[in-house]
Amino acid sequence: MTAAAPLGKDLLGLEPLSGEQISLILDTAEPFKEISERAIKKVPTLRGSTVVNLFFENSTRTRISFEFAEKRLSADTVNVSSSGSSVSKGETLVDTARNLEAMRIDMVVIRHGSSGAAKFLAGRIESNVINAGDGMHEHPTQGLLDLLTLRDHFKRIEGLRVCICGDVLHSRVARSNIWGLRKLGAEVAVCGPRSLMPNAIDEMGVTVFSRIEEAIEWADALNILRLQLERMTAGYIPSLREYNRVFGVTRERLERAPRDVLILHPGPMNRGVEIDSDVADGPHSVILPQVTNGVAVRMAVLYLLSGGRPELAESAKAGKGGA
Amino acid sequence: MTEHTETILDASAVERTLRRMAGEIVEANGGTDNLVIVGIQRRGVQLADRIVALINASDGVAVPRGALDITLYRDDLQTIGPRPVVGSTELPGSIDGCNVVIVDDVLFTGRTIRAALDELADFGRPARIELAVLIDRGGRELPIQPDIVGKKVAARAGDRVDVQVHEIDGQSAVVLVSKRFE
Amino acid sequence: MTRPVLLTGGRVLDPSQQMDSVADVLLVDDTVAAIGRDIGRPDDAQTVDCAGLIVSPGFIDVHCHLREPGRADVETIASGARAAAAGGFTAVCAMPNTDPVIDNPAAVGFVVRQGLRAGAARVYPIGAISVGQRGEALAEFGEMVDAGAIGVSDDGKPVVSAQLMRTALEYARTFQIPVIDHCEEPTLAAGGAMNEGIVSARLGLKGIPDEAEEIMAIRDILLARLTRGHVHLAHMSTKGSVELIRWGKDRGINVTAEVCPHHLSLTEEAVEGYDTNAKMNPPLRTAEDVETLRQAVRDGTIDLVATDHAPHHYDEKEREFQNAPNGIVGLETALSVVVDSLVVPGHIDFGTLVDRMSCSPARLFGLPGGTLRVGSPADVTVFDPARRWTVDPDLFLSKGRNTPYAGMTLTGRTICTVVAGQVVYTLN
Repeated sequence: MTAAAPLGKDLLGLEPLSGEQISLILDTAEPFKEISERAIKKVPTLRGSTVVNLFFENSTRTRISFEFAEKRLSADTVNVSSSGSSVSKGETLVDTARNLEAMRIDMVVIRHGSSGAAKFLAGRIESNVINAGDGMHEHPTQGLLDLLTLRDHFKRIEGLRVCICGDVLHSRVARSNIWGLRKLGAEVAVCGPRSLMPNAIDEMGVTVFSRIEEAIEWADALNILRLQLERMTAGYIPSLREYNRVFGVTRERLERAPRDVLILHPGPMNRGVEIDSDVADGPHSVILPQVTNGVAVRMAVLYLLSGGRPELAESAKAGKGGA
Repeated sequence: MTEHTETILDASAVERTLRRMAGEIVEANGGTDNLVIVGIQRRGVQLADRIVALINASDGVAVPRGALDITLYRDDLQTIGPRPVVGSTELPGSIDGCNVVIVDDVLFTGRTIRAALDELADFGRPARIELAVLIDRGGRELPIQPDIVGKKVAARAGDRVDVQVHEIDGQSAVVLVSKRFE
Repeated sequence: MTRPVLLTGGRVLDPSQQMDSVADVLLVDDTVAAIGRDIGRPDDAQTVDCAGLIVSPGFIDVHCHLREPGRADVETIASGARAAAAGGFTAVCAMPNTDPVIDNPAAVGFVVRQGLRAGAARVYPIGAISVGQRGEALAEFGEMVDAGAIGVSDDGKPVVSAQLMRTALEYARTFQIPVIDHCEEPTLAAGGAMNEGIVSARLGLKGIPDEAEEIMAIRDILLARLTRGHVHLAHMSTKGSVELIRWGKDRGINVTAEVCPHHLSLTEEAVEGYDTNAKMNPPLRTAEDVETLRQAVRDGTIDLVATDHAPHHYDEKEREFQNAPNGIVGLETALSVVVDSLVVPGHIDFGTLVDRMSCSPARLFGLPGGTLRVGSPADVTVFDPARRWTVDPDLFLSKGRNTPYAGMTLTGRTICTVVAGQVVYTLN
């Protein structure tokens, strides 16, 4: 009964996972989709478990998605955000973590501006840790929901050609997508200005397109990253106008593609910058199904990481064998 | 220690038993109006399919069939690991006011049925819920009893009762597996 | 007058006089009195059995951070000097980036006095290049040299202004002291937490490219050409820097350079898992850089090994990688790391090790020591070249515990350190 949990204690990124583990999460997400369609959108699976959503960065979307996932599994949830908490009073991450642990929690969902923050926390507390985005490192549940959305549409991931467009340099979504897609056998490309690509991008096993037209011609799907407006003020690109001219995904460009290209975007979108409205709202956009899948994938992750506590298993031995 | 295997029902016996159970279900519900047959994942679903087919053959009525995966309602989820695989739950429309018959392969502790009752309650308010099981092996831990039973088997605590269905196991049978010291 | 010290039966290894033979070394008062087979034994001599050990001129670290004044909770001059002695160093040069900055003769005098009170390794202050290390006005080199400073540096940060660097090199020539630069082009390195490359791309950490170091290295070399001053490039970490230094030396430019033990032994892979004890500036680079640096120590392109000993409170390192401070302690592991990364694989012999850790720093920085010639200062390091030991930071004499070598088993250990004829450290 002490068999290792299928994903280990934590979900810190997709890079450490195997293709089988990623597939298991996606397969597990399937039945969870149905729960959100029920009149009573709740199952008792995590009853009695306490989950803390520890958000050091603002992210309404991801936090709400996690909160729905937790509540639909009947977990008790507490939200801690950086403003108005001890976090903004100079308390260190390790102190925050220890204080939470002292309150006997079961899981922590952490969003933090520093790469490695989730791993740091995971190494210091016994609770399960789920990375909801750490700096420029990974955002594994976003990667998973993108994979699930692609799989829903194409019925496969293997052999798909997916191009990640935009600010790969600063994007945790890009990294989680690259690892997840590659582990499931997709061909991955990136497209964007070289000033927003890691210098070592060629060593990450992806094709690099400098022009969006080439990417569109090649791809089955585009995952269009949000262009943070700070990138312009920091001098990575000259202007948003030029970015849209050169790299923006527009209907005109898509119409020249040899096949229908599926459009994903992790949100929130800058309409008229990286993506035009008629693409975002167009027939090949799966941006809203991505949001729906986000809840299912997060429920699957919570489910797969939870439980399996050997100290409680002793008393449950009698239950073995056909319940 | 060796495993001792004994076939309790062979394919034709399973078929006969299910036919009798199908008849009892229709009789107990005074016909097929408002009847919904819900199989519990995994093998209860295949048995439910067979029962629906048998009713269709005898009465010429396609009774709605649902599938229920009770994994997320188990009372031991905090203790077991690794996580059990979650199957799909599909109910044929609303179950409000229906006569629901839960179909499962083996009734043992009763905990699965407790979970199934909880889950059904989240989908609606049936007029009545009945329980039909192919095998009742005793050993209940909850006050739950079947309404319709294929066969009672006196199995000991360490024994296993395996129901095999064509769709999953390639054959249809019920086998009692017991461990014995030589 | 103290008791004479007699080091008996060791392998005396002193490249400054091409000596490599088994002999006794007699230290009387604060100088080397005699070396040889039958040099007698004064009645009151304290004898140290050195059979199987190497007896060498004392190691000199030209680059360490002793944190006093300002952060005595992290390290003091006394604790640093004791840690130095435990690592086989008979002298260390303390960088001026303390609080307040050592940028005036009174502050230099404070470091000198604290060093003398410590009674362990000698402590030589390095003065700041600019007032407050702010990169604006030149500090008073002359007065600081008179008070005991042996060089100037704004280490911790680069001298951004080429004009200021030029003036510093010219002005330092007057006093025959080296100008030590921390080579880092600040706009390229801004926000960087590790080497820029595939590992930084994977970990999502902002990288510091090699070029941030190399641009400043070549600028400094060119300014040394212009001024004919002595520029010493601190903690060189890249293959490109080695090539640039070689280019400068080939042209007779007065450039010298140091490398730290960690840049000879660890790569950027050590950052994997966001270990803050692998965070330093300049960052750990690639295996190719490490290999090139090892060759450069062998062929002399890199003149010497210096620790960049940088203690931090454990709380300061116990945090998110990008917010953790740079640096590791190095005084007590330097010898062993150099043995394991250079001597054991056969890149250099122990004679070269002694040269790069003792003779060369003394010669280039104009410091006493670096030789066991009769009449020279009685600063001696006795070390076991083969002793294997496992690093336990809790046993460090430094107050700092921040080391990436914790738990590793290393080769080579200081057995005894003699400063000015007095045994200041003996391994228990």
